[in-house]
Amino acid sequence: MKTEHDILIVGAGPAGMAAAVQLADLGFAPLVIDEQAMPGGQIWRASEGPRSDAVRRALGPEYAEGADRVARFRLSGVDYMPGTRLWHIEPGFQVFMSRDETAFSRRYRAVLLATGAQERPVPVPGWTLPGVMTVGAAQILLKTSAQIPEAPVWIAGSGPLPLLYMRQLLALGGQVAGFLDTTPKGQASRVLPHAMAALRGRGDLIKGVKWLRQLRATGLPWLRGVRDVQALGQDRIEAVRYTAADGRVHEQSAQVLLLHEGVVPSIHTTLAMNCEHDWSEAQGCFIPRTDERGMTSVDGLFLAGDGAGIGGALAAEERGRIAALGIAGRLGQDAPAAHLHAAHAGLARRLASRPVIDALYPPSEAQIPDETVICRCEELTAGDIRVAARLHRGGPNQVKAYTRCGMGPCQGRQCGYSVNRILSEEYGQSRAETGFFRIRPPLKPVTLGELAALEEGREAP
Amino acid sequence: MSTADVLVIGGGLHGLSSALHLARDGADVTVLEGEFVGRHASGASAAGVRTLGRDPREMPLALRSMEMWHQIGDLVSDDCGFHAHGQLRVFETEAQIAAETRRIAELEAHGHTNEQIIGQDTLRQLVPGINPKFIGAAYADRDGAADPHRTLVAFRAAAERAGVRIVEGAPVCRLSEQRGAWRVETAQGAFAAPTVINAAGAWGARVAAMTGESIPLSAKASMMMVTERLTQTIRPVVSIVGRSLSFKQSSQGTLVLGGGIQGRYDLDSGRTAMDFHALARGAAAAEELMPAVKGARIARCWSGIEGKTSDLLPVICPGKAAGIFHIFGFSGHGFQLVPAAGEAMAGMVTTGVVPEIFLPFNAERLTTKGAAA
Ligand SMILES: Cc1cc2nc3c(=O)[nH]c(=O)nc-3n(C[C@H](O)[C@H](O)[C@H](O)COP(=O)(O)OP(=O)(O)OC[C@H]3O[C@@H](n4cnc5c(N)ncnc54)[C@H](O)[C@@H]3O)c2cc1C
Repeated sequence: MKTEHDILIVGAGPAGMAAAVQLADLGFAPLVIDEQAMPGGQIWRASEGPRSDAVRRALGPEYAEGADRVARFRLSGVDYMPGTRLWHIEPGFQVFMSRDETAFSRRYRAVLLATGAQERPVPVPGWTLPGVMTVGAAQILLKTSAQIPEAPVWIAGSGPLPLLYMRQLLALGGQVAGFLDTTPKGQASRVLPHAMAALRGRGDLIKGVKWLRQLRATGLPWLRGVRDVQALGQDRIEAVRYTAADGRVHEQSAQVLLLHEGVVPSIHTTLAMNCEHDWSEAQGCFIPRTDERGMTSVDGLFLAGDGAGIGGALAAEERGRIAALGIAGRLGQDAPAAHLHAAHAGLARRLASRPVIDALYPPSEAQIPDETVICRCEELTAGDIRVAARLHRGGPNQVKAYTRCGMGPCQGRQCGYSVNRILSEEYGQSRAETGFFRIRPPLKPVTLGELAALEEGREAP
Repeated sequence: MSTADVLVIGGGLHGLSSALHLARDGADVTVLEGEFVGRHASGASAAGVRTLGRDPREMPLALRSMEMWHQIGDLVSDDCGFHAHGQLRVFETEAQIAAETRRIAELEAHGHTNEQIIGQDTLRQLVPGINPKFIGAAYADRDGAADPHRTLVAFRAAAERAGVRIVEGAPVCRLSEQRGAWRVETAQGAFAAPTVINAAGAWGARVAAMTGESIPLSAKASMMMVTERLTQTIRPVVSIVGRSLSFKQSSQGTLVLGGGIQGRYDLDSGRTAMDFHALARGAAAAEELMPAVKGARIARCWSGIEGKTSDLLPVICPGKAAGIFHIFGFSGHGFQLVPAAGEAMAGMVTTGVVPEIFLPFNAERLTTKGAAA
């Protein structure tokens, strides 16, 4: 592998792989890094992993598509470094990474962030209890090691991912104790087919309708219009409490509760780089501003995939191609305009159903109860934040200084949007006006030993 | 236009402390802060409360401050997270012992008994897990460290209780004098007062320039890092002779590492950026001091902008123009001085007499002999 590259692509998911392949076609030799051990990103995680036909079938056709993409990426001959974490970028692009517990830094002329999305944290009472986790985390276990919970699983939330996970879980012999669907009532049935499409970013609604029907046919207890979900228990979850559509409160014993309220772009790197961000009312999150070639407000720093706005895997691939063309242009090799037009047309097609999906799965606006923990690292509740907000009028950074909220190892990935929402409510201002925490490096934890061994220009092992 | 007896420019700890003491003396005080209280050096500080190794010219002020830190609750009704677990500067060679012993003897000759030399046994008791190559330390047992954010909250609240008005988001862009009163223009309108205190930290020289006075000042941006929480084993603040490291474990259990390794800064935007190649030296020093911390994960790094003079002493003196007083440029060790500097500043403003403990800090020294140094 070469040790010097002009272009760094961070993330080997749909966007990063598509960008790499496109750049290779144009004669460039980027380096692709990813913290996972294999290419594929979230949706096609561990595609190259060995698994039985039964598991393969259970994961479904959307997942199967990944194998072909990963193969194409491998064939492109692009340099790829798995198990590698980006933890800091300095302007001019000195990039700091770690692999095998060794830190090193290298210089690049252009950087493409294709780091995707994270699940929106769901701060409900009891969400920090053992036995409560996110649907996404449960799905990682399922994809990497075909691991499924032994006990019947309660699933609470909204959006396409719980539906996909339930289908995979059932196919692997898992049990759903109940799906507490928090999608506002009356909308769900109309849009579920779109939800299926959303996962992949295209409108194959018929297939969606089919697998919805299959999911329903399993007879899993599917409760619509649920609100006020809570996990109860002492040392771990013992029961789940919720308010049903008819207003009645139910409490049922539970060993596993999976939560999910959609995904949001990963913005820590672009925040740390002081890129401009806009608030998206439709997706209820901040989105880094990009131009028509996928470049952020920082010259030479490009963005593709769900990190540029949630759009699904196929949209991510188009955005990857667009950014690749943008990077080529920035390095002095303009591709024919037709290429860019074609990629934009592709993107528009992939995003066509997105507004419907966004409208159907609005982020929950229910008040976070005072006693709910929002900052897991420092164990602060929504009430603590409200008190600080009233005592010292100010933004998220002041609240962080006064309460330590967001200072822990997660760097505000868990509490950032909750603080943004609480301050916006307290001060009667828009989410955009309130803004987000200032993000301090390292973007991923680095040990003192790793940093100590860092030398200028040190190469990867 | 709002009027007051005293306008304080800068809502860092020094601005707040001066404001608090003046308000307690009966003055009507308004603090004008460009961003938010504690946004710069005071909020980024390692908050070491240290007399150990201080410049002798700062000692009288530092010792008065130390007395006040030990009673800090009396001043601001909160302990500011201050714990007097001591500060240590460890050494590894006989030559270093000799040099430290001489330095401390000289301090004692001036009547200062705040430091002593300790041997390896005591050192190992105080710092379990320390690398055995360190054979002793200079030790100031009444020193310690506070919690910077808690200190800011406490000083702010105490100042407000004493009647101080704090205006945030009000960067001062112009000062002009009219019939014995200063008119101060900010993004939030104009303010007027006969007396103005310039506590603008790294921007102190810019504010001085608005009054027509030129004071040489540069800046620095020391970098800090904090790890995940570890089991609490280390109480004192530890540094190494001749190395850029200060090492402590906070009451939350995190390791807080600093020591003056410099990051990058931009005075116009107020932003800082890390220099990890330089910070690697600090991590290496921490690992050398305490080999067991090698695997501790760094959770967050930051740096803060602080004014720096050529002799690393602050500027605390009346300005050239009547009614102006300066207090800035603490060169990376001003946190400890906060309580006493504010107290003496209030005295200076009220009486018009420069107290003896401030004499080494006149701005003149930087333009005449300081320029040659
Ligand atoms: C990383 C770091 C570690 C440190 N560690 C220690 C330590 O262990 N022990 C120790 O004793 N000291 C330490 N210090 C130093 C100590 O923190 C500072 O000396 C002290 O906080 C300075 O306070 P200040 O009020 O002078 O400055 P600041 O806190 O910087 O306050 C100045 C304020 O003025 C405002 N301002 C500037 N221009 C204008 C304008 N035109 N209009 C309005 N407002 C304006 C700024 O926004 C700022 O809030 C450290 C400093 C840093 C940066």
